[in-house]
Amino acid sequence: MPAAAETMPQNATQNSALAPGFQDPVHDAQDCFRAIMNAMARPGTLHGVRTSELTPPAPLTPAGAAAALTLFDYDTPVWLDRTLMASDEVKGFLRFHTGAPIVSEPVEAAFALVADPLQLISLASFNQGSAEYPDTSTTVILLKQDFGDGDKVTLEGPGIEKSAQFAPKPVPPTFWDQVIANNRQFPRGVDLIFAGSAEIAALPRSTHVTLPES
Amino acid sequence: MTGTAQLQTYDFAGGEYNFAYLDEQTKRMIRRAILKGIAIPGYQVPFASREMPMPYGWGTGGVQVTASILGKDDCLKMIDQGSDDTTNAVSLRGFFEKTAGVRTTYETSEATIVQTRHRIPEKPLREDQIIVFQVPIPEPLRFLEPRETETRKMHALEDYGLMHVKLYEDIAKNGHIATTYAYPVKVNGRYVMDPSPTPKFDNPKIDRMAALQLYGAGREKRIYAIPPYTDVKSLDFEDYPFEVQKFDMPCGLCGAENVYLDEVILDDKGGRMFVCSDSDYCEERRAEGHTGPMAADPAAVHIGGGKQEETDR
Repeated sequence: MPAAAETMPQNATQNSALAPGFQDPVHDAQDCFRAIMNAMARPGTLHGVRTSELTPPAPLTPAGAAAALTLFDYDTPVWLDRTLMASDEVKGFLRFHTGAPIVSEPVEAAFALVADPLQLISLASFNQGSAEYPDTSTTVILLKQDFGDGDKVTLEGPGIEKSAQFAPKPVPPTFWDQVIANNRQFPRGVDLIFAGSAEIAALPRSTHVTLPES
Repeated sequence: MTGTAQLQTYDFAGGEYNFAYLDEQTKRMIRRAILKGIAIPGYQVPFASREMPMPYGWGTGGVQVTASILGKDDCLKMIDQGSDDTTNAVSLRGFFEKTAGVRTTYETSEATIVQTRHRIPEKPLREDQIIVFQVPIPEPLRFLEPRETETRKMHALEDYGLMHVKLYEDIAKNGHIATTYAYPVKVNGRYVMDPSPTPKFDNPKIDRMAALQLYGAGREKRIYAIPPYTDVKSLDFEDYPFEVQKFDMPCGLCGAENVYLDEVILDDKGGRMFVCSDSDYCEERRAEGHTGPMAADPAAVHIGGGKQEETDR
């Protein structure tokens, strides 16, 4: 790992110039944060983010990069899934623009970025927070989400007037069972952010999920 | 309005302050705390509260929350005990006009963000609005248990018996629950929360409110939140159910009933009147032609008037 970290900047400059961050760091970050905040306050609803100017290295997506630039900094250890971890450009992009330390243990992470959601590791392997400080848990950001096409689940709880439908895709096979288990241990548990191409949705730990009857 | 429109084109950005005063790292830290607060309704998230160019007690928590969520297209309303033109509201509104150049308003329906010191506007807030509360002491158990380590544990174990004992002692001493402000609530059936020192009259508005509620305590370094449509129950007993204050007269100026009233002393001969604490609500009703019993009283004239020119500033 240390060896890779040392050669990274060199690779980045050889392969491509470092992709730029927000053009207007103050207002773009504010705009993206409001989208994420509204998404978190109204679970399952979609909120547009301005991503047109962002050209992050693959497999990081523009919406994922916007969320990263909005939320990450030197205070937030970040865990990357295997496909993101394999990309020196992605790590270079995140390190340069956010300064966030990249960690290999999911339990140490404040945020997790997942570019291949089908291979998402168990939600239980992330930091769940403690009973006294449930806010120390990991926030998991799933990239490349399509909304409306996946299995329809029903959401109830804070932020939802009666109930809401939510159908993001792709998610791993046992994902919704894990989300239900995550909600059961409230106030502990992880929070989920779903980043699509230009939209963001969220599922806080407080949301009660019901699977469709099959 | 033209004056503020010019400000929006970055006059202040070339000046001394970052947009909305706080630096970006501070905003990110507060934003992360806000997200956690929303995800765990009623739980107090610790945050690294900054020193602000105003003393603690002036709403530094609310100011930091507002500064972190505020965008250049937002329209801000500031109230202090329901009023737009009392000291705290005027100085904090001026703070954001100077450091962020955003549009400000007195009208509840026009605002996208309402920052408040201890009142909730009478007009119901909408889904697209956010209300930010300035909180002096966020911990509802603090006067019962001074140790933070212990109150943390009590919240973790959902051990709220002590709070019920306090309310019971109220009944034993006074015959009714004598807590009239900062009345404790249970959020989403889990965390007991202090709704900041709003009169308990406003507690029913917190329950299933359409707007997002954010609470910031600067000196105590805590942020908490209630997402829209969250069940918020004021603590009570089956035989002593929660009830709000009732006023036996309508607002003297606009005649509104079922609103929170302030007592205003008119002279030194015992003259007094009760008027809406929510000054914008009162003004709007009077503009619609409602009049209260004292509206024509010469002593009351100076109380309701003289505001309109400030709004247009």
